[in-house]
Amino acid sequence: MLVTPSFAQDAEPVPTENLNTETGVEDHGAEGSGLFPPFDSSTFASQLLWLAITFGLFYLFMQRVIVPRIGGILENRRDRIASDFDEAERLKSEADEAIAAYEQELAEAKSKASLIGQRARDDAKAEADIERTQIESDLAAKMAEAEKRITEIKARALGEVDVIAEDTTVAIVEQLTGSTVTPATASAAVKAVANDE
Amino acid sequence: MADDPISQFQISRLVPIEIGNLDFSFTNSSLFMVATVAAAGGFLFLTTANRGLVPGRMQSISEMSYEFIANMLREGAGTQGMRFFPLVFSLFMFVLVANLMGMVPYFFTVTSHIIVTFALAMLVIGTVIVYGFMKHGIGFLKLFVPHGVPPLIVPLVSAIEVISFLSRPISLSVRLFANMLAGHITLKVFAGFVTSMSALGALGVVGSILPLLMTIALTGLEFLVSFLQAYVFAVLTCMYLNDALHPGH
Repeated sequence: MLVTPSFAQDAEPVPTENLNTETGVEDHGAEGSGLFPPFDSSTFASQLLWLAITFGLFYLFMQRVIVPRIGGILENRRDRIASDFDEAERLKSEADEAIAAYEQELAEAKSKASLIGQRARDDAKAEADIERTQIESDLAAKMAEAEKRITEIKARALGEVDVIAEDTTVAIVEQLTGSTVTPATASAAVKAVANDE
Repeated sequence: MADDPISQFQISRLVPIEIGNLDFSFTNSSLFMVATVAAAGGFLFLTTANRGLVPGRMQSISEMSYEFIANMLREGAGTQGMRFFPLVFSLFMFVLVANLMGMVPYFFTVTSHIIVTFALAMLVIGTVIVYGFMKHGIGFLKLFVPHGVPPLIVPLVSAIEVISFLSRPISLSVRLFANMLAGHITLKVFAGFVTSMSALGALGVVGSILPLLMTIALTGLEFLVSFLQAYVFAVLTCMYLNDALHPGH
């Protein structure tokens, strides 16, 4: 950094003298030149030198140590987060697979269960059907027997109706005419009437 | 220390060193430069020593300042600008810590001297010019000829561009220097009112409450300015470096 032109006033041999180099007025303080300090060019060389030294070292330190270090920390963290994300992703897909497998098994078990149920139901139904048909056939046989008996009874009853009619006829004729008729005649008469009807 | 608000900027020799006719003495300014560098470097070094995956509070501060400048540079000058990251980070930390250190009573404010801020500004502009010519050769001069400008007014626009380019180191350094200087003078003046008024007796003590409140408020403001000026310095550095990287607007 080149600031040499402003150092003409430093050329005086005794710089410690308390005399302002520009105004020639004596200073009030023991130190400094009485100029407004930031514009006092006699201090520039020292400030520039020490700024160069301190800032230069600081820059080197930052460049060599601090920036790689903090950069490394941040990079590490980014990598770590990324790898953790990947791990989480992997675990999640594993969990998804497990869920899918579980659901498939569940579906299989369900279908198997319904198959078993169906089979049990079918078996029970078939058994019930057999039993029912047997009972039905039993009932039909019983019914047929009963009907047979009814027709027998009916026939017998109808046969007895003729006898009753003959008896009645004999009785009625006796009552009305006072004469007796043979059962044979009565029977013939009854048959004739029955046949007329 | 006198009541004189200017005396705080006085440079006093601690270890006189003279080489030829030049005075390279180790002064109070030099001492605070060393302190600034030691504080900034030491803080960043010690807080990151653990390299914690999960940062503690102090490590967070270091990381935040790192990322703050990294984002600023990336936005201002693109990813290519990241090669200047150590420079911008160093400048920011140096200016910030120097400004904040100056806030401690009886401490010297390194950045309240124009020569220091001017040297830092010249470092930035020098980097821009050297890198600009190294990277683009003569094409770096396109910086002064914005395209899309009618040929007739190119000389005028270029002249304005050149002037604005030349005024950059001045505005960059004067902004920081003047802010620090003015802030510290104002602070000292108001604080001086407190002592000189309370020396006048009971009424003076009552009357000194106002400048005391003012001093407190100004202290807060000055802390803000300390940070803000370091920020502005870093932002403008990023913008100027962008010109070196992409001169063709």
